[in-house]
Amino acid sequence: MTELRYLAPDTLDEAVGAFAKAGSAARILAGGTDLLVQMRSGVLKPGVIVDIKRIPELTAIEQTADGGFRIGAAVSGMALAEHETFGKVWPGVLEAVNLIGSKQVQGRASAGGNLCNGSPAGDSVPAMVAAGAIVTVQGPNGRREMKVEDVPAGPGRTNLKPGEILVSFTLPPRPPGSSDAYLRMIPRTEMDIAVVGCGVSLTMKDGTVTAARVGLGAVAPTVLLVEDAAKALIGSKLDDAALAKAASACSAACRPIDDKRGTIAYRIKVAGVLLKRTAAIAAQRATQKN
Amino acid sequence: MNLVTNNKWIGQRTIRPDGMDKVTGRAQFAADTTMPGMIWGKVLRSPHPHARIRSIDTSKAEKLPGVKAVVTSKDIVDFPIEKGAVMLGIQDMRWMCRNVMARDKALFPGHPVAAVAATTEAIAEEACKLIEVDYEVLPWSIEIDDALKPDAPILHEFNKFDGKPSNIVGRLEHKKGDIEQGFKQADIVIERTFTTRPVHQGYIEPHACLISVAPDGKTTIWSSSQGQFMVRAMTAYLTGIPQSDIRAIPAEIGGGFGGKTIVYLEPLATLLAKKSGRPVKMVMTREEVMRATGPTSGSKSTVKVGATKDGRIVAAHGTFYLQAGAFPGSPIRGAAGCSFTPYDIPNLLSEGYDVCSNRSKVAAYRAPGAPIGAYAVECVLDEVAEALKMDPLDFRLKNAAREGTKAAHGPVFPRIGYVETVEAAKSSPHYAAPLGDGNGKLRGRGTASGFWFNAGGESSAQVNITEDGNVVVTTGHPDIGGSRAGIANICAELLGIDYRRVSVIIGDTQTVGFSNLTGGSRVLFASSMVVTQSTEKIIQTLRERAAKIWEIDPEAVKWENGAAHPASPNAGQFEPLTLEELAEKAPAMGGPIGAGVQLNTQGADGGFGTHVCDVEVDVDLGIARVIRYTAVQDVGRAIHPGYVEGQLQGGVAQGIGWALNEEYIYTKEGKVDNPGFLDYRMPVCSDLPMIDCIMVEIPNPKHPQGVKGVGEVPLVPVMAAVANAIYDALGKRFYALPMSPPKVVEMLEAPTRQAAE
Repeated sequence: MTELRYLAPDTLDEAVGAFAKAGSAARILAGGTDLLVQMRSGVLKPGVIVDIKRIPELTAIEQTADGGFRIGAAVSGMALAEHETFGKVWPGVLEAVNLIGSKQVQGRASAGGNLCNGSPAGDSVPAMVAAGAIVTVQGPNGRREMKVEDVPAGPGRTNLKPGEILVSFTLPPRPPGSSDAYLRMIPRTEMDIAVVGCGVSLTMKDGTVTAARVGLGAVAPTVLLVEDAAKALIGSKLDDAALAKAASACSAACRPIDDKRGTIAYRIKVAGVLLKRTAAIAAQRATQKN
Repeated sequence: MNLVTNNKWIGQRTIRPDGMDKVTGRAQFAADTTMPGMIWGKVLRSPHPHARIRSIDTSKAEKLPGVKAVVTSKDIVDFPIEKGAVMLGIQDMRWMCRNVMARDKALFPGHPVAAVAATTEAIAEEACKLIEVDYEVLPWSIEIDDALKPDAPILHEFNKFDGKPSNIVGRLEHKKGDIEQGFKQADIVIERTFTTRPVHQGYIEPHACLISVAPDGKTTIWSSSQGQFMVRAMTAYLTGIPQSDIRAIPAEIGGGFGGKTIVYLEPLATLLAKKSGRPVKMVMTREEVMRATGPTSGSKSTVKVGATKDGRIVAAHGTFYLQAGAFPGSPIRGAAGCSFTPYDIPNLLSEGYDVCSNRSKVAAYRAPGAPIGAYAVECVLDEVAEALKMDPLDFRLKNAAREGTKAAHGPVFPRIGYVETVEAAKSSPHYAAPLGDGNGKLRGRGTASGFWFNAGGESSAQVNITEDGNVVVTTGHPDIGGSRAGIANICAELLGIDYRRVSVIIGDTQTVGFSNLTGGSRVLFASSMVVTQSTEKIIQTLRERAAKIWEIDPEAVKWENGAAHPASPNAGQFEPLTLEELAEKAPAMGGPIGAGVQLNTQGADGGFGTHVCDVEVDVDLGIARVIRYTAVQDVGRAIHPGYVEGQLQGGVAQGIGWALNEEYIYTKEGKVDNPGFLDYRMPVCSDLPMIDCIMVEIPNPKHPQGVKGVGEVPLVPVMAAVANAIYDALGKRFYALPMSPPKVVEMLEAPTRQAAE
């Protein structure tokens, strides 16, 4: 029988030290809504668990000096929902984070865990990609920053180096006329996992898109940043032709698999459908603000 | 409708007796049980769909510290195949002994091959990994078409069909008239083939038990089942312990839907407990439940219906192939026997084929087989009605079975309520309401009917008056549908007392007489018969006691409003004697008051239902949602209307899941790929509309309260109602379930209708 050690350090340095020392036997615990399930089902048998929820920086939501947001990697979905202004500025990121699991799970689950779990179907990831979030990671060799889309390496894998811990997400300040949205396709209405997920972030001026980012989930081994879709939207008034072009770009970017959750053909089609619907919601939110 | 309104408790929505315990978490389920010295049992399961077991070496597992016992098929009582069937209810012990533990062959991934008991679950799991099984891996088949191929691997070599080894392990037919002649009279004939996937009952509570075997052999079983007597009998058969030594105590049950009418763990835990001398607890994981306990059959059905221009069905032919799983016993009786039964069809042939393949053995699921058959028949009837340009409900009315109609499976119907269900559906607010604007989504409406046999059978009850003049009723059926509440209403009605003074409990095997299991929609029907007769005996005793006190003839005493009264002024002037007073005087007047009755109950009439379903389809994503649903059913008499509606709504919810998303998905290696509730998609609450119920009450004349079984009928019409509604929305027909989003999108490559503007 293998022993399991549980550590709950108060500082990031301690956490990084313990995590690095334990090597591949260690796992980080934020909300635990993936980790504990994987342990119970026998997929994972970690020797050391490092709980990061006692580290203040990892559970803080701050507004940065330039008007952006920094969200600790272990902030729960419910805590983010209860923040006074975050959901007004980033409604798409918030709705994506709040789609992870049930109400009960929302009290625990975090965007950091969702990203580091490495699932291509993680709901918060396409929205974070669309938002252009930058993540801060800290490891034995200090801190560094990465684009959020560079974190996933494949199903269940990330590009974090041994001993590195995800610290926070930084979301940029929003120009006027900006908003975002996230939609996912699930066969049910809730308590499900995305067959396709789509995040769109837009900035609009006088009805024309001046900036756009599109993130797509569950259609490839990692969540995708679809730059061709964004290009098709930028400069347009979100007319049918531009939306069709962006939808085609999304479909073209898909490298999905046939599995129990959906077929290749279905996912490719749905990626385009969701792009159109998500862009429409983001545009409506962006223009409402003006 | 024929509503009875002069009752005080029958027909009332009384507070459910088990409600407080369940909402506060006090209810004891099998997994909540514990005993001093208890150890844990785990099962080693076959990874292969089909493999001969050459040898099993358990020596390393036995040496692992903490391991207290190991069992294999050698420890299970064998029922040799050549000696013929040993039936217990619908189960043949020859198959049961091989299902609980593989003997010469493992027949599905998840088939138990050994079991271990150890001081912790983790040690037991570790020990399972140390058991060495030498398998000769064999070719396998899961789908019906594969299992029927001429070169298909044969699961049971002894079985022959048409003189050759075959996976067809059973056939039955119901016949009436001459279909060849009948189809000649038809102006229109439609024949279609349908497939359905295996679906699980989806009870939330996994199978669990705790079992203690004392050194003298006295065995106590706490387990979750639909029949403690079934648990006792099967455990006795499979372990060799006499039934008199086994006390099976029913735990509160967290869902069964038919799936807990057989045993999986109890014989293994009993043998582990006997070997180790320690109480053994076993709890399945969800994955084990999904891999190794019975879903219902996947199916392939062909239905042909012929009708004349004026809308009379003149002939019908149904052929229903159902997966049995690893051992014979698929519910072909329900598929072949129920599907055409709502209709008066002069020429009919309905055939069922029982097909073995390498997946878990099917277990009963709510009207077993009937929803599969009804799906095919009711979809074809919808097409015939459309071709005849008839309203589908008018078409059903024109061909409806009525009193005097002879059903193909045998009976001549007494007064039945099928016509009334169709009429009530037709005049319902739902059927009259416009479909409304789908805001870009396509809407449609469908209807379908269904029938289920219902059942009577053996029940026992003991009714006792407590010393303070209240009532305890003990019955022998696990309560999965509100039987305790129904019995309390009936007993209170008969005794003329407040229902809260009646406490209804479920006895264990050694404290109440034999009661057949909870299944076939039989429990309230049968147990209210024995409770009624017991209560009538008690009322007779109470009248005799009062007569003795008053020194008058018992015939001159009547029982009313919870007290004995002189039957008329001629009988004398006496103050009434209440139940409390008579209980207080009982010791001096002849002793305790109580009565028990045991019967093999007869007269369970079948049940009919007719459903109306509205769907809305998001054509771009292929998502079909049910937006309005009305279930109409002849419920006999609704003893507790809240529970009856709960049954109707629960059945519909399960059918919607079956229609739209639920299915067993297999890997290329023949293993279930979605053994959990994330990817086995049962509907969640937000997926469903409020399901409206219309209870038609045509009392069963053969039952003291007019009760008919209500629990199974509501699943029967659902998949056809949903499929017919989706056709109405899309103009395209599906011939396979589930109608899940990728399949709807595939079908819609060329849409034929525009979205409502």
